[in-house]
Amino acid sequence: MKPFFNLLSSLILLPSALLSAADWPQFRGPNASAVSTETKAPGPKLAAAWSIDLPGRGLSSPIVVGDKVFITCSSGPDQANLHVFCFSAADGKKLWERVMKATGRTMAHNKTSVAAPTPCSDGKRVFALYSSNDLFAFDLDGNLLWLRGLTYDYSNASNSLGMSSSPVVLDETLVVQSENDSESIAVGIDVVTGKNRWKKERPKAANWTSAVVYQNVVALQSSKGLTGVNPKTGEIEWDYTDGAGTIPSSAVTQNAIYVPSNGLTALAPERGAASQLWRAAGLKPGTGSPLVIGDSIYVLNGTGVLIKASIANGDEAWKLRLKGPLSGSPVAAGQYIYIVSERGDFQVIDTTAKEGEVIHTIELNDTLLCTPAISNGAIFVRSDKKLWKLQ
Amino acid sequence: MKAALISCLTLSSIAVQAASLSAPLEDIRAVNREGSGNEKATRAWQQLTQADPSTLPEVLAGMNGANPLAENWLRAAVGVIADQAILAKKLPIESVQAFLADTKNSSAPRVVAFDLIQRAQPELAEKITPSLLEDPSSELRRHPVSKLLHAGDEELAQGRKDEATNAYLKAMNSARDEDQIKDLAKKLKDLGKPVDLPKHFGFLMDWKLIAPFTNVERKGFDTEFPPEKEIKLDASYPGKNAEAKWIDFTSKDEYGQIDFNKPFTMLKEVTGYAYTEFDSVEARDAQIRLGCKDGWKVWLNGELLFARDEYHRGAKLDQYKLPVKLKKGKNSILVKCCQNEQTESWTVEWQFQLRVCDDTGTAILAKK
Repeated sequence: MKPFFNLLSSLILLPSALLSAADWPQFRGPNASAVSTETKAPGPKLAAAWSIDLPGRGLSSPIVVGDKVFITCSSGPDQANLHVFCFSAADGKKLWERVMKATGRTMAHNKTSVAAPTPCSDGKRVFALYSSNDLFAFDLDGNLLWLRGLTYDYSNASNSLGMSSSPVVLDETLVVQSENDSESIAVGIDVVTGKNRWKKERPKAANWTSAVVYQNVVALQSSKGLTGVNPKTGEIEWDYTDGAGTIPSSAVTQNAIYVPSNGLTALAPERGAASQLWRAAGLKPGTGSPLVIGDSIYVLNGTGVLIKASIANGDEAWKLRLKGPLSGSPVAAGQYIYIVSERGDFQVIDTTAKEGEVIHTIELNDTLLCTPAISNGAIFVRSDKKLWKLQ
Repeated sequence: MKAALISCLTLSSIAVQAASLSAPLEDIRAVNREGSGNEKATRAWQQLTQADPSTLPEVLAGMNGANPLAENWLRAAVGVIADQAILAKKLPIESVQAFLADTKNSSAPRVVAFDLIQRAQPELAEKITPSLLEDPSSELRRHPVSKLLHAGDEELAQGRKDEATNAYLKAMNSARDEDQIKDLAKKLKDLGKPVDLPKHFGFLMDWKLIAPFTNVERKGFDTEFPPEKEIKLDASYPGKNAEAKWIDFTSKDEYGQIDFNKPFTMLKEVTGYAYTEFDSVEARDAQIRLGCKDGWKVWLNGELLFARDEYHRGAKLDQYKLPVKLKKGKNSILVKCCQNEQTESWTVEWQFQLRVCDDTGTAILAKK
């Protein structure tokens, strides 16, 4: 098994020297690949190690840095109270909590919430973003470093259905998408000062996808396609313009990006060009984003069927129906994929079984729309009411 | 003499603390858009969070009149100081309570003060709650309104309808949040006491409407049609496939929806305007609050307040809060409402709701 993990580690580079392989520093983990880079995988036989009540709603994922789990939620009649929590990963003890107030609009569809974007970390700081466009930077001990109100800055940057794009951090720059039908923007923010390094107009269309990091370039997805941006300058490195989904995000490895575009399109971008490797119309992701393990890509379609296909050409290997409905994205460690259904069925899939197989299910008895986080041999999931550690 | 000396020293210590806090408070209050002032605020925040718990009222007072960004910086600082103070049982509860009681302080820090009391002494917060029924802060009113609501429910469960009605009416009079108002209005209606919701909210119900101008390719949003240049209520203009002329419209909707589809039918790719006049008793600060899922613009007395070109992502009460200054006497309000080309069932609405209120959501009623 070990060489398999080594292969994974070689596929994904950690974006910050301050992060370790056990960290899960953003939405879908290292480089937003959804694949754990650590050798200590959670394995299949998981059970709840602890759970904690949360005081507000949220479908953001937990993130993990070292021995700390960070999570956001929003409470109050308009979800205007914005919470950031830091818990001990070991026992779930609360280490600190900060409560702020939304300065932007908090309106959101009932199925989502103000705490929809997942926070991210560069190993020194935690950046918490909300659908209200409020953005807070804390050190790992909860000291406030800076804050922004992006709707306070740009008054039409909001979406009445709510926004969910999670930020990424690279090269001392936090990249935030606030993409909507009106004032649609992306900004690169200096992690030290909280000021803009750059600000770009983005396609005027609602967009709930999150950026991925590919070869030190931040890939911003939208209905128009996928744009590779230099994190420090905002300069466009390459641009793929054949359209893309506005809900599922891309999968990324060291050598390619797999974009939800006309089904699924594999790209090998480099400076000045985003050449297409292949396209498979049948590999159309639903709400969840695809991921790559070894030489296979796994796509969860809109009917709750997980499809395994080759990353070389998109040829399908098997299909496996999961318990749905499913809103969150799958994540993986080793040979296992983990996903939780809206009805709280946490499912472990063995990707090495001949036709794929759900080998373990935990009933969490709650509504879960989130994407799990993996760290140090454990998995963290959350609902509107609880945070669980599964081990 | 000894007591006087101690008192002097205490005063002097407070003075030193106060002097030492004024600079960081100023630095934080100076933060503004696009991260302006963040560097100084970072240092100031560190300094503030080292302050003695006795300074909490001063830090809270720093939030008075601050912009929402500075409020958040200070809210976080208060949180840190209070965490330590509550742990050490050193929260200056009396001075925090005095800060809450003083309604000259802004709503935001008073809400924080109440939260601190709730955390440190929940029984005291419970005792204070009824006194917040007429509070200038709608957020603080929620607590006593909620208590009255529950009290009414209990009376009703015991079959005491009159007592329940009285509790609900009292709560309704103070309620400012939509969820509580909706709940109370339903209970009162069931008890034979329907609530005049348009009056409670301050919805403007009587309008002149004109349509249909074009919005093909959504270009109507930026096109200045005649009503943006002149308000001539007896004029008519060439519109999209029809003559556009002003008509009277009075909303019958209890949530004040001004529905263009009613008089003009379910058109697509069209622009309409609504015009009304609001007779204000006095010159004053106010808010125009709008809910709309179409593209819209609003003008008060000829001045554009805000414009938004988002279509069919959802609408709700008070979706947009626009601070305004009302003149004494006649104030003209013009609303532009653009319907787009989408054909899905959830894109039929071509409407808005608009109310005039103060910043707590209390209706400001026009002079009749």
